[in-house]
Amino acid sequence: MKPAVPDVPVESAARVEPAFSQRRPYTRPMGAWWRRDPFFMVYMWREVTAVGVAAYAVLLLAGLLCLMQGEAAWHAWVGWLRTPLSLLLHGVLLVAMGYHTLSWFDIMPKTMPMLFVGGKRVSGALITRLGLAAAVAASLVLCAIVLGVTR
Amino acid sequence: MSEKARTIELEVLRYRPEQDSEPLWQRYTVPFTEDMSVLQALQHIKDDIDGTLSFRWSCRMAICGSCGMMINGKPELSCQTFLRDLLPGPVRVEALAHFPIERDLVVSVDGFVKKLEGIQPYIVPKVPRTLEEGEYLQTPAQLAMYEPFSGCINCMLCYAACPQFGLNPDFTGPGVLALLHRYNADSRDGAREQRMATVNAEEGVWSCTAVGYCSEVCPKHVDPAHAVNQNKVNSAKDYFLRWLKPAAAAPSKAGDQP
Amino acid sequence: MKRSNAPILWGLFGAGGMLSALLGAMLVFITGFALPLGWLLPPGAIGYDTMLRFVQHPLAKLFILAVIALFAWHAAHRIFHSLHDVHIRTGLLARLACYGSAAVMTLLSAWALLVLGF
Repeated sequence: MKPAVPDVPVESAARVEPAFSQRRPYTRPMGAWWRRDPFFMVYMWREVTAVGVAAYAVLLLAGLLCLMQGEAAWHAWVGWLRTPLSLLLHGVLLVAMGYHTLSWFDIMPKTMPMLFVGGKRVSGALITRLGLAAAVAASLVLCAIVLGVTR
Repeated sequence: MSEKARTIELEVLRYRPEQDSEPLWQRYTVPFTEDMSVLQALQHIKDDIDGTLSFRWSCRMAICGSCGMMINGKPELSCQTFLRDLLPGPVRVEALAHFPIERDLVVSVDGFVKKLEGIQPYIVPKVPRTLEEGEYLQTPAQLAMYEPFSGCINCMLCYAACPQFGLNPDFTGPGVLALLHRYNADSRDGAREQRMATVNAEEGVWSCTAVGYCSEVCPKHVDPAHAVNQNKVNSAKDYFLRWLKPAAAAPSKAGDQP
Repeated sequence: MKRSNAPILWGLFGAGGMLSALLGAMLVFITGFALPLGWLLPPGAIGYDTMLRFVQHPLAKLFILAVIALFAWHAAHRIFHSLHDVHIRTGLLARLACYGSAAVMTLLSAWALLVLGF
């Protein structure tokens, strides 16, 4: 014999569970979700490079403020830059910036619409390579300018 | 002399709300052959070992999108995942991540369906067209702009892959946004303006942090990450250039005469 | 659904991300190694007088401001979202800490560059 189901008006938009429904959806906690898959760990490391970018901006600002305070402050700053701690920190920042560059141009194609040249689709990999080439070129230009300015 | 039959162990996350306070793992030993999929293993369990095991499936050939689940921690279609690649086992099978579990391997898909309905997932003609005018003409280039995104089978593996959806179930999510883009990018469609409201919201593209795992797991190579992140640019353009649009053009409702 | 104002911060994030992707590593190398240790550069390059003259050039000011500000806004946006990723509540306090810092750094560097004169 079928159990009785309460009468529900057809127009009712809300989903009415019968009185005997034993539905009890279980929501699993996210927890430390980034540890569930190596892909997520790589994503987290990629995002950590932002701390490196922030750190460099802080260092540049610190140097600027020291310069502003006069010759003595500037010499103290340069002195600190030459310490092992500073060199180690800059080594870490170099790695962070390098990884940022690689991951940035890896993602860049995803933000662009599909491109076609001569009827063929321009692959994401090609766009990444062009981006990396641009980074190398821009860096060399910066190098040249710095050399030009300081000689 | 007979060879000992090969077997493999499956560990399945069970959940029967009427008797379990929370999900628990259950082990099954299943016969192994080189051609068996995880789905077939589950069907064996249901047919011959434990009839209480619940799971969704239909076509068993990776086109209906019903059998999505977590296999050894990765979102996969169980009909397309083979036991031979998971040796020696045990194979951990769990309901699709980031969705509430209704029962065993069955998740609640209400949220996803609602989001899908909300984006007008159909071609809204730019101008009304009579049958006498014949079919729309579309160049291969125009087709290429949306074709990959039209391959979506609504399997929701991308949602199981997306940590932002896991952290915030209100996020429209990769699949629905990819389908949204499929229609916006179709030269025949005229409802781009209406769909942009979904794109421009915080729960639209702006909840995405470009993790990119969605595109990795998609069985149909839809590349939802591309759809979502392209639309960040579109949304930004829409945001900054909206005052340049003709003031009279209030967004028309679907089906309005232009 | 309500329109998000994210595009503004995303634009700054994008600009900062692009600038740091193009020049970040080289900048670290120049200011962290080449200048202090005198690699490839004349020894007087990091001297007070040379640096002061350099910083007084309007183009240099623009460049330094762009680097500090855009790097800061890029990092602020990303770190803010990372807080959300690790279950830290991204309320007003988190917003002020991240974007507020970027704003402070922008203003400080603009001020310092002006004080340093032309």
